Amino acid sequence: MAYSDKVVDHYEHPRNVGSFDKNEAGVGTGLVGAPACGDVMKLQIKVSPEGIIEDAKFKTFGCGSAIASSSLVTEWVKGKSLDEAASIKNTEIAQHLALPPVKIHCSVLAEDAIKAAVADYRKKHQA
Amino acid sequence: MNDMTMAVRKPADSTVRSNEPRKPIYLDYQATTPMDPRVLDAMMPYFIEKFGNPHSRNHPHGWEAEEAVEKARKQVAELIGADEREIVFTSGATESNNLAIAGVARFYKDRKNHIITVVTEHKCVLDTCRHLEQEGFEVTYLPVKPDGLLDLEVLKQAITPKTVLVSVMAVNNEIGVIQPIKEIGKICRERGVFFHTDAAQAYGKIPLDVNEMNIDLMSISGHKIYGPKGIGALFVRRKPRVRMIALIHGGGQERGFRSGTLPTPLCVGLGEAAAIAKREMAQEAERLTKLRDRFYESIKARLPEVYLNGDLGNRIPGNLNISFAYVEGEGLMMGIKDLSVSSGSACTSASLEPSYVLRALGVEEDLAHTSLRIGFGRFTTESEVDYAADRIVEAVQKLRAMSPLWEMAQDGIDIKSIKWAAH
Repeated sequence: MAYSDKVVDHYEHPRNVGSFDKNEAGVGTGLVGAPACGDVMKLQIKVSPEGIIEDAKFKTFGCGSAIASSSLVTEWVKGKSLDEAASIKNTEIAQHLALPPVKIHCSVLAEDAIKAAVADYRKKHQA
Repeated sequence: MNDMTMAVRKPADSTVRSNEPRKPIYLDYQATTPMDPRVLDAMMPYFIEKFGNPHSRNHPHGWEAEEAVEKARKQVAELIGADEREIVFTSGATESNNLAIAGVARFYKDRKNHIITVVTEHKCVLDTCRHLEQEGFEVTYLPVKPDGLLDLEVLKQAITPKTVLVSVMAVNNEIGVIQPIKEIGKICRERGVFFHTDAAQAYGKIPLDVNEMNIDLMSISGHKIYGPKGIGALFVRRKPRVRMIALIHGGGQERGFRSGTLPTPLCVGLGEAAAIAKREMAQEAERLTKLRDRFYESIKARLPEVYLNGDLGNRIPGNLNISFAYVEGEGLMMGIKDLSVSSGSACTSASLEPSYVLRALGVEEDLAHTSLRIGFGRFTTESEVDYAADRIVEAVQKLRAMSPLWEMAQDGIDIKSIKWAAH
């Protein structure tokens, strides 16, 4: 199967690979997927006191499309508010990366990862 | 679509350094093999010059083709200690497996209706059995041990007075393990059950003798042994006689088992491929074992947490199937684009499940997703093997550095203790 240039670019030069300390107050962590299904994404966001995402990191176990989807969203969420980030749709990710139909689930997982990271941050700051 | 097709070539070329081979390296010899040039040489005269129909009994053109086909039949038979009259040419191992299993089952259906096979068989065996179940036959699918081998006691217990056929592959296509064919043949002969073996991955790779091993039917493939695609054969024992109902009807060629004009050049190619394999098998096995061990040792020395799937001792020399824990197979293949290998991960095929063969060994789903099948063959060189090992180590290290599962494992977190949401 052929990959789009954008998928290949993100695979070969992944943006923002790494981890933040998940116990840090400003950090929200999303861990989605399952090893048995062949993909797991960990997406972390670092949020400023004003509620803006200042930085993001990811680690992904999965195929090239899964790696590219998570790499892409770390770029997209930076500078966004939590609500803006959580409104990123999987269809935008899939379209941007020109994912074929069998790889749409990778973009769904990336959307889920953002939502999970935002939810984790909000849960921490509820109290 | 345009940028998708372009994407494949560009990055591959741009990452090649000057001292690296530029052509992709073929390491998928269980999928198919290139033809040996000697095979092509043998075939060439039979396309244009000696084009006769081997079934034309009344003129020189026919005789010439018939002579070539019969010589090939003898070559195919000699590799397994069979008589040439026991060889039926087919279009390939898939057809041979269909003919053997359905042909025998349907012929003897008034007396016996039970077939035994194994869960790790090739799809063409399993799917034929499924069809026979719909026709009213009973099929037992035996499990395998964690090393991929059949437990002979389990086989013995499965045989009933209604069992007509046991079908067990000689060598598995994914994990390369060699089943105890001689022992299975002995059990079947003692119990009066026909024994069929799918030898697509074994014929020409390991010594096989149909008499010593009590094999009644054996499926053979041309393109797995450096012969042409589109030809195979089925060995059908004459004494004690095995009877079958044909799948393809017509002029009654191949003793009525397989009608249709024989493709003379393809038959010649299969015969030549068999003859070369017979001459070179022993030394080639030794060479491939060295290459394989060199590759595997090199990987193991540099990467922790790699697991071999299937037994190493009872295995054809040219196969490895390795799980690289915490790195998904398709993602890994993308990182080694100039190596043609295959993956047991679901993502590479149309189905959503990872390899059913690995699952049958009890390999956990997460590890099944991380497996690669690496196949070595007649044209594999030491420098290719070294290069491939380097690239795989590099790619696995890079991908582990960005794998959340690897990170958890390093932090001492058991990934099985986490409640993952299936998706």
